[in-house]
Amino acid sequence: MRLLINKIFLALSILSAGVGLAFLAWILITLFMKGLSSFHFSLFLNDLIEGGLRNLIVGQMILAGLASLIGIPLGMTAGIYIQEYGQGRYAALIRDLSDIMMSAPSIVIGAFVYAIVVVPMGGTSGFAGAIALAIMMIPVVINTTDSMLSLVPRELREAGIALGASKYKVIIDIVIKAAKVGIMTGILLAFARIIGETAPLLFTSETSNYFSLNLGESFPSLTVSIYDLANEPEESSRDLAWAASFILTVLVLIINLTGRFITRNKK
Amino acid sequence: MPVMKIKKFSFTYSGVEHPSLKSITLPIEKNKITALIGPSGCGKSTLLRSMNRIHDLYPGNKYDGKIELLDFETGKYQNILEIKKENEFIELRQKVGMIFQKPTPFPMSIFDNVAYGLKIAGIKNKSELQDRVEAALKGSALWKEVHDRLDKSAMGLSGGQQQRLCIARAVAVKPEVLLFDEPTSALDPISTGAIEELIVELKKDVSIAIVTHNMQQASRISDYTAFMYLGDLIEYDKTENIFLNPKEKQTEDYITGRFG
Amino acid sequence: MEKIFQKLSLSSATLVFVLLIGIFITLYSAAKPAIDEFGLHFIINPDWNKEIVVETPSLRADTVANDAEDDAIADEDDMILDEDDDEMLLDDEDDTVTKTIYGGLVPIVGTLLTTIIALTFALPIAMGIAVFLAEIAPKNISYVVGIAIELLAAIPSIIFGMWGLYYFAPIVADLVGGYQVSLLTAGLVLGVMILPFMAAITRDSMNTTPAVLKESAYALGATKFEVIKDIIFPYSKVGIIGSIILALGRALGETMAVAFLIGSIFVLPKAINDPTISIPVAMANNFGEASGLGESALFYLALILFIISFAVISLAKFYFLKKAK
Repeated sequence: MRLLINKIFLALSILSAGVGLAFLAWILITLFMKGLSSFHFSLFLNDLIEGGLRNLIVGQMILAGLASLIGIPLGMTAGIYIQEYGQGRYAALIRDLSDIMMSAPSIVIGAFVYAIVVVPMGGTSGFAGAIALAIMMIPVVINTTDSMLSLVPRELREAGIALGASKYKVIIDIVIKAAKVGIMTGILLAFARIIGETAPLLFTSETSNYFSLNLGESFPSLTVSIYDLANEPEESSRDLAWAASFILTVLVLIINLTGRFITRNKK
Repeated sequence: MPVMKIKKFSFTYSGVEHPSLKSITLPIEKNKITALIGPSGCGKSTLLRSMNRIHDLYPGNKYDGKIELLDFETGKYQNILEIKKENEFIELRQKVGMIFQKPTPFPMSIFDNVAYGLKIAGIKNKSELQDRVEAALKGSALWKEVHDRLDKSAMGLSGGQQQRLCIARAVAVKPEVLLFDEPTSALDPISTGAIEELIVELKKDVSIAIVTHNMQQASRISDYTAFMYLGDLIEYDKTENIFLNPKEKQTEDYITGRFG
Repeated sequence: MEKIFQKLSLSSATLVFVLLIGIFITLYSAAKPAIDEFGLHFIINPDWNKEIVVETPSLRADTVANDAEDDAIADEDDMILDEDDDEMLLDDEDDTVTKTIYGGLVPIVGTLLTTIIALTFALPIAMGIAVFLAEIAPKNISYVVGIAIELLAAIPSIIFGMWGLYYFAPIVADLVGGYQVSLLTAGLVLGVMILPFMAAITRDSMNTTPAVLKESAYALGATKFEVIKDIIFPYSKVGIIGSIILALGRALGETMAVAFLIGSIFVLPKAINDPTISIPVAMANNFGEASGLGESALFYLALILFIISFAVISLAKFYFLKKAK
């Protein structure tokens, strides 16, 4: 009887794992089939207005890149504060708040940036989009930095201090170096996460059919355009949306795998 | 009459070329304490963990030779290395219990911890469960300390108490053999003393094999001692012979502290 | 130098605090007009963007204001008159004004129901996957499948939405009937989306169970099922519940996976396969066009969503913290 229950349970577990994996395989296969059949290298050469994706891909990269420029230093220094300087309640509070912010609905972040940036500036802009993504990114970077620094053995810090180095020197030269790989991986994963975001960009950067480097106006975004294109009635727009999704997914997966690869190699 | 007979037993870990144990032949005598000693990496824990095949939780390991377990009912020996079916594994582990290096209280109450093995063995009768839990706790000298808080989490006990709880849990199912894998290495001297006393007490009812890196402990409590080195059994004899009059040079060097 | 660096890191940390408070204050002040207008009744009012007629008590004092308003209404009513609306004409004669009201009940209900459907669907499967990965599968399979699951958790949610709309929803609609865009399909796709995340973090929690604890249960003769049920689940219970709540928080705030499928209409669903709307989708689809009170009402919704998810996530945190001690 016990063995029967055991067998049934294990079978159920394997079955549900199978069902779950089948769903996920279904999505991936759909994405790759649809994406590859609509994919063409000319997509990289033309802008959306000419039926290509060039401006969108470049735009999305700029948005995510700029967000990283803002988010990484802020997130890292905040993480350093929590782990190295903060004592007691305040650091713990910041850590908790950051964790909460990490899971805050991304559309709400979008609404927040809309209210504080878009409305005062009088319109959507690439700048606003980058800020929204940076706000999404900061807590992730804090979390990574915090947990990676916590893995650095105490003795290492003490050894540095014992040599007469000041605390910030020890942090920058020793502790961060020791935790470098982990932090880099975390940042890559954070980047992969924001590059696929749509909701915070919908009413901050919006999107544009044209190539643009002007962050002061509506800015081309791959994800926002996917949403628009996918809702168009024409088959050709939808195909373009699939091709764009395919490119986006491949990009996200490559960044993710790179992150994993770095960590593994180090081990 | 030995309760277990290990015959020409070799063991190779999954993914490793060389065997960790090489052709070990060793009896585990009934109602006696057999100590396995030797320097780290000599294979004593590996041997112990073969004796209830807890190794099999991790696939790919290779066994060779025989480990025979006495069946008390029929008086015959069964080779436990031939076990393949799940229900036979369960039966084996109910006959050959194990105590680990660190205390392993389950995340449940003190009572449920001790009753756990009984419950999964199919005992549902409440009063019988209570009787046997009480007996096991008394048998492990823990009853006095915990009888008024049986429903409290076992996590609240001290390390030594937790280890005695684990012994009670193992004893409750009335095994034929108990395997102790360095049961006191994580404990303070006072708790260690209590556990040692308890182990000696237990041999009335059960045959014991204990892995220890503490030679004083082996000499204090065991009846037989096996000295192992680099996967070989170097010497096996009565404990006093091993400690006072070892036949092998390596044994002598080890117990006099010249290496290891 | 030391001081500067320390100050710098302190101010970055404080930024988190400022941002979070800033989000609250901004959302609140942007929602203020709607909060003042509708109060807490907003939460239970199912009407969104509905013109209602307000009887104005016959006031003699503020005739000037009334006149101005009446003019405006008269203009509007003229237009409606063209469409042959007798009632409005009558209202006009009765000296009335209309106003647009906004109620949040439909998106709030939509958000909660899609999340419940998603969790109901995802929870058993995610547990199955987690148990499979942590306890059943051989190491190398578990490793590969585990990575695959983690990668899937990283796939942008908009892709789940597209797949759901064009491939999954038609099948569901064939099976259960009803619309392709509905509460049910939106909830299920949301469930598929949170599945990898939930499975991955649940597996991580299960893996925290020390091997020696499992071994001692096996050493007592327990079966795998018993070890999972009696040792692993109780041991990692806190972590598993935390994982579930985090996944719940993610589902609550998810926009894109739901936006394609929920139908985006402000109508309370009568059946599980009716279309409706959720808070994030209401924001995504209406923010651009909204202005004035409508925009404020959307901020009100955003505030409600933020508070709900804040509470849910804090619960997860609080639960962790309380138990960890």
